[in-house]
Amino acid sequence: MTATQVVRSEWTKIRSVASTVWTLSLAVVVTIALGMLISALSRNEFDSLSAQDRAAFDPTFISFAGMSLGQLAMIVFGVLVVSNEYSTGMIRASLAAVPQRGTFLFSKLAVATALALVVSMATSFATFFLGQAMLGEHKASIGDDGVLRAVIGGGLYMTLIALFSMGVAAMLRSPMLSLGILMPFFFLISNILGNVDATKKVGRFLPDQAGSKIMQVVQPPDDDTPYGPWGGLGIMALWVAAALVGGYVLLKRRDAQ
Amino acid sequence: MIELEGLTKRYGEKVAVNNLTFTVRPGIVTGFLGPNGAGKSTTMRMILGLDHPTAGDVRIDGTHYHRLKNPLTYIGALLEAKGVHPGRSAYNHLLCLAQSNGIPPRRVHEVLDAVGLTAVARKKAKGFSLGMGQRLGIAAALLGDPRILMFDEPVNGLDPEGIHWIRTLMKSLAAQGRTVFVSSHLMSEMALTADHLVVIGQGRLLADTSMADFIERNSRSYVRVRSPQRERLLDVLHGGGMTAAESGDGALEVDGSTAEAIGELAARHQLTLHELSPQQASLEEAFMQLTAESVEYHAHTGAGTPAPPQQQWGASWTKG
Repeated sequence: MTATQVVRSEWTKIRSVASTVWTLSLAVVVTIALGMLISALSRNEFDSLSAQDRAAFDPTFISFAGMSLGQLAMIVFGVLVVSNEYSTGMIRASLAAVPQRGTFLFSKLAVATALALVVSMATSFATFFLGQAMLGEHKASIGDDGVLRAVIGGGLYMTLIALFSMGVAAMLRSPMLSLGILMPFFFLISNILGNVDATKKVGRFLPDQAGSKIMQVVQPPDDDTPYGPWGGLGIMALWVAAALVGGYVLLKRRDAQ
Repeated sequence: MIELEGLTKRYGEKVAVNNLTFTVRPGIVTGFLGPNGAGKSTTMRMILGLDHPTAGDVRIDGTHYHRLKNPLTYIGALLEAKGVHPGRSAYNHLLCLAQSNGIPPRRVHEVLDAVGLTAVARKKAKGFSLGMGQRLGIAAALLGDPRILMFDEPVNGLDPEGIHWIRTLMKSLAAQGRTVFVSSHLMSEMALTADHLVVIGQGRLLADTSMADFIERNSRSYVRVRSPQRERLLDVLHGGGMTAAESGDGALEVDGSTAEAIGELAARHQLTLHELSPQQASLEEAFMQLTAESVEYHAHTGAGTPAPPQQQWGASWTKG
C-alpha cells in the first residue's frame, strides 16, 4: 500500500462526482462577482467618505469582499469531499481497500486541498484584478506594499477554510450536521462575535476573523489587533490543525460506518 | 482462510458478537447462517477491520487485515449496504478502488464484463436497480482476483435469474480453490449453495458443521399414518417392532420405517388407512429449533441482556 496509489484513487474519486465542479465553480463566481460589485459601489461612495474613512480606505481588501459569501461554497466543497464517504456508505469500501486510516484520510485531504489551493489562488488573483478595475482611480497596484502578500494570502485563506471544513466533517461525518454548524458559524456567528464590543477580543481569534487579516493592506487607525497578517493566518492554521487532529483521532478510533 | 478466535463485539451493554471461534476454509462454500440481528454483518465488518473487536482476534491467511499489502488482492467483500456514491459511474467506482490497491484499470473492464455491467459502466450508480447494485458490489469484490471472498446476503433483492447466477458464481469460485464465506438468514438458500455451515444466534456460535452432517442430524424422516382403527393400528405397529408417536391431530408418526412396510403391515391385518405419507422435517424447522434453543439457554442462565420471548424469534424467521 503506497500513498501514491491512494492519492491516485482519491483523485479519481474527487474528479468523478459533480459536486466538486459545482461547489468550486460557485466559489469562484460568487467571490469574483460580489467582489466586483462591492468594488464598483465603493468607488461611487468614495467622494462622500469622511477624511478618516478615506485614510482607512483599503482597495485591496474591498476587492476581496466577495469571499465572505464565496467561502460558503468552499465550506460545502470541503464538507462534501469527506462526508460523502459516510452518507453514501462508500467509507466501508474505502477503508476495506485502504485499512491504514491515516493514509486514507491524509491522501484524501492532500488531493482536495491541492485542488482547493489552485482554485483559490486563481480566484484570489482574478478577484483582485477585476475588483481594482472596478475601483478606477482609487485602485491599488499589485506592486504596492503588502498587496501581493494580501492576494496570495486570500488564496491561502480560502484553502484553509476548505481544509478546516474537511477536518470538521471528518469529526462529524454527517454532511447536514457539518454544514448546519459551519455555515451559520462563518456567515453569522463569527461576524457577530467579531464586531460586538463585548466579544471582540475573543471573536478576533476565531479562524476566519484571524485569517482574513492577511488580506488587509491598510491598517485602520483605531486597530489594536494583537497579531499581524501572518500571525492571523497562523492562528487560523492552528484551528485547521486542531480540526484535522480531531478528525484523524476519531476516524482511527471509531468503527467505520 | 479466515480464522476467528474469541471474537467479541459489545455496544455498551449489548453483546452483538459473543466469543466466536471458527475457521473458514478454502475450496468450499461456507455458509454463515443466523436470524436477522444475530451478528453476521458485525462479524464480517470485524473481519475486514472496519469495526474494532471488543475482544478476540481475526486473521486473514494468518495476518491481521490492516497488515495486508493491497488487501483487495487477498480478500474481496460484498457488504450488505450498497455503499456506492450515487453520482459516480460504475467504472469510476471500481477504478478508484482498483487504483488504491495497485490493480491495473484493465481489470476494471474484466470484472464489469464478468458481472454483466459493461453496457452501463459509464452510467451513474443512482440509476441502478437493486440487482445491478448487487452486481456492482460483486464486481468490486472480484476486483483484486482475491483468494478469499466474502458475501453478505448476496441474493437479497435479486430476481430468480440473478439468484441463480450468484449461486453458480459462488460454487465456481470455491471450485477454483478459493475461500468463499457467504451469509444468509435463509436456511433454504444455504442448503443449495453451502458445503459447510456456521450458525450463530444472538452473537453466539450454535453450530460449525458440514452441510451433509447438518442435514443428516437435523432432518428427521418419519411416516404419518391415520386410521379410524387407531388403537388396533398402534398394537399392530408395536407388534411389528415400530414405535409410533402421537402427532396431536389424531395421526401417528412412525420413525425408522417406510410407507411401504407400514402399508403392507396394515393390509395384512386388514386395517383401513386414511393417510399414509412419508414426511421430512424441513431444514428450516431444524434451524429454528437450533436458534430457539440458544434463546432458552440465554434465559436459563440469566446472563447478559434478557432474551426476547421465543415467539418473537420464530416470527422473525417466518418474516425473513
